[in-house]
Order: sequence, then structure tokens, then C-alpha cells
Amino acid sequence: MSKYILQMNHISKTFPGVKALDNVKLEIEPGEVHALIGENGAGKSTLIKILAGIYDADPGAEFYFEGREADIKKPIDATLKGISIIYQDLSLFPNLSVAENIFIGRDSNSNSLKKVNWKHIEEIAESALKELDVQIDLNLPVEKLSIAQQQLIEIARALAFEAKLIVMDEPTSSLSAGEVEKLYKVINNLKQKGISIIFVSHKLKELFTVSDRFTVLRDGKYVGTYESKELNEDKLINLMVGRQVLYEKNKGGIQIGQTVFEVKCLSKEGNFKDISFELKQGEVIGITGLMGSGRTELAQAIFGINTPVTGEIKINGESVTIKSSEDAVKKGIAYIPESRKTQGLILEQSIINNISLPVLKTLRNAFGLISRKKEVDLANHYIKTLDVRPALPNLKTGKMSGGNQQKVVIGKWLSTKPKLLIIDEPTNGIDIGAKTEIHKLLRKLASEGMGVIVISSELPEVLAVSDRIIVMRHGRIAGELAIEEATQENIMNYALLGSKVSKENKNQGKGKVIVESGVSM
Amino acid sequence: MNILKGLSKESVLGLIALVLTIGMCIIAPGFLSQQNISNMLFQIPEFGLIALGMMVVIVTGGINLSITYSAALSGVAIAIMQSHGYSILISILVGLVVGLLCGFINGFIVSKIGVSAILVTLGTMTLFEGVILTITKGNSISGFSEAYSLIGNGYYMGLVPLSLLIFVIFAVLTAILMNKSKWGRNVYMLGSNPIATLFSGVNTNKVLMGVYLYSALLAAVASIIMTSRYNMAKVDLGSSYLLQSVSAAVLGGTDIQGGYGKVMGTIYAVIIFQVLSSGLNLLEVPRSIVGIIMGAILILVLILNFVKAKVDEKSQKKAQQETLVA
Repeated sequence: MSKYILQMNHISKTFPGVKALDNVKLEIEPGEVHALIGENGAGKSTLIKILAGIYDADPGAEFYFEGREADIKKPIDATLKGISIIYQDLSLFPNLSVAENIFIGRDSNSNSLKKVNWKHIEEIAESALKELDVQIDLNLPVEKLSIAQQQLIEIARALAFEAKLIVMDEPTSSLSAGEVEKLYKVINNLKQKGISIIFVSHKLKELFTVSDRFTVLRDGKYVGTYESKELNEDKLINLMVGRQVLYEKNKGGIQIGQTVFEVKCLSKEGNFKDISFELKQGEVIGITGLMGSGRTELAQAIFGINTPVTGEIKINGESVTIKSSEDAVKKGIAYIPESRKTQGLILEQSIINNISLPVLKTLRNAFGLISRKKEVDLANHYIKTLDVRPALPNLKTGKMSGGNQQKVVIGKWLSTKPKLLIIDEPTNGIDIGAKTEIHKLLRKLASEGMGVIVISSELPEVLAVSDRIIVMRHGRIAGELAIEEATQENIMNYALLGSKVSKENKNQGKGKVIVESGVSM
Repeated sequence: MNILKGLSKESVLGLIALVLTIGMCIIAPGFLSQQNISNMLFQIPEFGLIALGMMVVIVTGGINLSITYSAALSGVAIAIMQSHGYSILISILVGLVVGLLCGFINGFIVSKIGVSAILVTLGTMTLFEGVILTITKGNSISGFSEAYSLIGNGYYMGLVPLSLLIFVIFAVLTAILMNKSKWGRNVYMLGSNPIATLFSGVNTNKVLMGVYLYSALLAAVASIIMTSRYNMAKVDLGSSYLLQSVSAAVLGGTDIQGGYGKVMGTIYAVIIFQVLSSGLNLLEVPRSIVGIIMGAILILVLILNFVKAKVDEKSQKKAQQETLVA
């Protein structure tokens, strides 16, 4: 028997006109955490879908699981063999209880008219949760749980199926730093039991914390498999993109003009309290903090969606009241939300219709009706200046890649010629090439006089774009740092402890561990 | 399938309507008789107006189950005004105001309070019905003036039914509003994704309110035509059009989940329904069988639309990938 639990060789997958995978290889040892990494479109998801039985590989593929040829035709085959996939957006039944969710699908071959054996279900669920060393009320409906807990339920479900290989797709993308720590513990625990884990993530530092080995894909091709020890972040990025790209920290020292935007003692019950800051012309402010620190709530309050608030908002020195998103747009505020697919874009609609939406009023002809020509010209203008691909103005935005979708959202808001642009998680789920492009664009907009506020949990990103960094904690401003003095460590200290002084003397080492794993909060 | 590939949903429906009409001309005796043609031309406007009123709401992802009862309430108001001796103009204005009030109630609860449209309009349907029964005690009200009956029965230039002309005017107006105005665009966007529309600085409450008001306006205009044609108003005025108008909108290509729907598609669907029902009637097919045929056709066209959408998507994907590779 070979030393690998999973061996996939010569895996190719051709879609009409496109070769998504070209002779790719993936070998997983028992009890290892294996990072599968590559830019968006490198073929990671296609490979996982083949593993999961959703796609068939092209002929010629070799696919062995536990030393035997894996005959996986549909998802249930994979599950029954002991391969469990935990997708990014999870696939639980929100109305069903924890126990039911863990058990579901297990009994699929038994007589469906048989009486449900609740005791048996609870026993299985309980033992699976015990294995994970977590305590969650079995009778609670899953929708009442936090995302982190829901993820644990998915893992427990995998254990209930006696999974030998668990694939986790971006498992930490919606977890807070503390929850990520817990997940790492669970992963270690699974390793001890000899369960293999394939870990898919965009957060490089995190991968170095958890993974034993890396398999890198680029443009559907196999680049190589490496021991964690032989790599560092720079090398890994090089392998992924085939060129050196890493964000540099912003140097600072820009010319600052007068105040363009100001909030004074802005508060909203249960969201944030006493928020005051000024934004000067030419500078970019980064706002960061842990999940639930009130960053997004603050941004949506300024944009008139999370209302009412107390306190004062001033644009160019003039006090304004913003009661709705309509008011905000009229006052020159643009907000690019963190969820591109549900809040930022209308996926069923074309690039044109998305870009023109906030400025329809200005696109009218002599009869007060929408001028198609003006609309198309506007869309083409932003397609060209932002290099949106494919450059098809009538294309539905749902059919574009994440980076290009984000460019459409940016174009849509630039068309309003805003005085203030607030951008929430600007590069979430976007590949590295497009990320740096967006960072550059934000810097350029600020230098042209637009007020720019960037909200992000990714510290390297905050450091790359901001001139000044505001750290939020429990709904308040915990600290403000000029770019020259900011480091990942002192931002983390503010975010976690509420003060700049690292509590090294009090709490030696503890802060540091979190910082290392906490590139992204 | 290949022939249909390049055509829009609406053109396919137009073709079906044309083929059906030609077919009926051939097989149904008396289909081309003056009486049948004038019957059809007089029935299309009232059904068409209600179907358009329904379509506009469905495009937002909602439904207006109170549409025919708000029409009936407008009709009753007009009848009462006229039987009390008010002029036609004043009576019609009062009827329109009553209709718009019904629309306002729906719009307010749906947009401001946020209750789902199907529940709100189910409630107001019963509410309006109750109001009418209280006023009319279940009787029909007549007493319209001679001149008033011209709206539903008269001809323009002795050739085109006046009601048809009214319908055409409102159909064109609806098409312009939906396709060319800022409001109409916002209606489609809101129907596709209300959250992203709100996040784009659109006052979605206002847009929704406009939709329910416009739907009620079309219903009120339909009620003017109906009361004038039947020379009376009562509680179930036009109530048979309620579910038929949903069918017509959906058959016409309107996406029941919102975001898509065209005036032309809905009109073709109305014509298809009308031609079928008149034709089958002339063929002396029993009413019960007519129901079966209409239902079967509805399902068939919906399946056809679904399959066509899939095929189009595939070929589009293919074309896209080919351009990417090249």
C-alpha cells in the first residue's frame, strides 16, 4: 500500500473551449494538513469538485483513495468513502437542529418509512462533537449558531461520516481571530486522529501556521508540492503568480490638504460610540478592527443605511444630515460594501445597468428619459479606464471574475464623482494581481483629491494603502496610528487589548502568537 | 430549437400568437366574422390593462392579489357618483382616486412596513371585497349615463373600439415608463436585487410605492372600461381576471421571482388567451375542456421558455469561452 491516502495523477478537465486543469497532481499523506493554493482561476475549485464527485475528470486520470481506485461518480460516493468537503458558504439546514444536521444523509440507504430513531441520532451527534471537544446544545436550530459554530457542526458531520479526508475551503474567511485559534486547535486534534486535511485559503500567513505541505497550482497547471519548511511567503507568492508581487507598506509623507470629511461623537446604540475623526484631502484612512468591532456598522451609518445616529457628520466643513442611502449619494458619499455579490452588484444585470444605477438622473435626454447612448458611453468609459475584462458592456456581472466585478462596483461609484469613497474589504476573494491594482487605484484617487476610507481586516492591505490607521474595538476607537509608526503588531495590540503598549510584560508571548496567525483579523 | 435561438422570448410568443390566430381562422367557423372580431377587440383591453398592472408588480418580485377588487371598488365608486348625478368627469376622477388609495394602502404596507406582497394583497383583497359588500349589500349598481357607456362600447372614427385605443395608449405609456424612465429601470433593478439597489442610493420604498400606485391606476382604468361595457358595478367585477392576469404575465415571460418582464410579452400572452378562448368557444369545445387546453398550453410554453433559457445560456457560455481562448 502506498504511503498516500489520496493520489490524484494526470488530472485534466476540459470545459468547452477552456482547459481548467492540465495534468495536475495531488498527493495527500495520512494525518497531514495540506494547503492547496493558487490565484483565483488557478483550478483549485475545479480540482476539489472532481475530488467531491461533482465533475468528472477527463479520461486518463488516475485517482486512488486509500490505495484503491476511487470510483466516485456523484457526491454521495465521496462522502461514503470518507471524503468530506466543507464549502466556504457552508451547507447546513438552518431550521434543523444541531443533531439532525450532523446526522443528515448518513442513513440515506435505510428504509425511509422506518421510524426515526432520535436516540441514535443524538448519540451519533454527541460523540462527534465530543471528538471535537466542543459543547453545543444538540437541540438548538443551526441558524441560532455563530458561523464558527456552524463550521464546527460541518466538521462534526464529517466525523460522523467517519471522514478520513476533510477539505476546507476558505474556512477562516468569516471567523474572528479568537475563533480562528479555536479552529486551529480542532485541526490539530483531527491530525492527531490521523485525519488528513486539505486547506484552501488566500491568507498566506495562516497557511504557514497550519500546513505541513503545499501544492501550488497556476493557470490550471501543477507547479509543485513543497514542504512547509522550504517555503516562505515571498517564495510561495512567486510560485503562485510566477512573478514577484507583495504589497509594500505605504511610505507616507504625502501632501495633506484641508479637511474634507469629519465625524464628531457619532454614536449608534449597540453598534458604536463616540466616533470622531477627520479626513484630510489627499490622505487615505484605514479603519480596521476585529469582526464585530463596529467598522462596517459605522460605514453603513455614514452611508445612511444604518440609521438613526447621534452626533455630527461634516462634508467640506458643512454639517449634513443623512437619513438614507439616497441622501448619502446626493451629499457625495459613495460606499462599496463588503459583500460584492449581494450588496455591491446586481448579478443578473449587465455592466451597463450596474454602473448607471446611481447616476440615472444625469443620463436623461431632452424628454427626461434614459439615454441609452449616454449610458453605454459611461459604462465603456469605466471599462476602459479601469481595464475591466471582458470588455463587454452588456455582459451580466454575475458571469465575471471577482476582481473584475469589484472594478465594475468601483466604476459605478466613481461615476457619481464622490467627495468621499468608503470601501469595505476592497479585495476580499480577489487574486493578488488584481489586489495590487485596486490598491494603486485607491491611492491615485486620494492623490486626485477624493476622500478615501478603506475598511479592511487584512493588515498588510491596511498598511499598504493607508496614511493613517484607525483601530476599532468594541464599537469605539481604540487607537489611531500614523503610517510611519504602524506595524501589524501595534495594530493588533490595539484591536485585541485596546492599547498600543504590547502587554508583553504582563502577558508574555500571548499577544505575539495571535499576531503571527493573525495576518487577517 | 435552432430557429428559435436568435429570437427573444417575446418574439417567440408573438409567433405563437400569430400561428394560433391563423390556425383559428382556418379551423374555427366564424372566427373572422365581424361579431367575433369585435367581441375579441372589446375583451382584450380590460384583461390587458389588468395583466399589465399585474406584470409591473411581479417584476418587483411581488404579486397583487387585490388588483381586481381594487378595480371593482373604483367601479362601485364611479357608479355611486353617477347615480347621484355627478358628471362623468368627476365620477371618473373619484374612481381613480379610490383606486389609487387602494394602491397606496398596498404600497405603504409592502414598502414601509416590509410585509411580503402576497400576504398584504391577500389581506387587502378581502378588505376591499368586504368594503364593496358593505356598500352594495351584494347588489349590482347601475345608473350610468348614456355617454358613459360609449367608453366601453363606442368606436373611434367608427372603426377602432374606444376601449382598445385607451388600452394601446396605456400599453405604450407602460412600455416607455418601464424601459426608458429612471423609475422603470429602478423597478427592474429592485426586482433583481433589492439590497444592492438600496446600496446604490436608490430610495427603494418610493419605487415600490410607485409600482403599487401604477398597478392600481391600470386596474382603475380597466374598471372604467368594464363598468361602461356592462353598465353596472358589483363586487366580482372582473374577478375572473385575477389569476388569469398572473398567468398572462408569466406566460408573457415575466420572471415570477422578479427582475424581468416586458409589456410586449404580456400583450402577446393576452392575445393568445383571447384567441384560444374565442376560437375554442366557436369550435363548441365545452368550457371544462377549454380549461384543460389553456392550462396545458401555459405549462408547455413555460417549459419551452425554460429549455430555451438553458440552451441560450450554454451557447453564450461557449461563445464567451471561445472569445477568451482566441
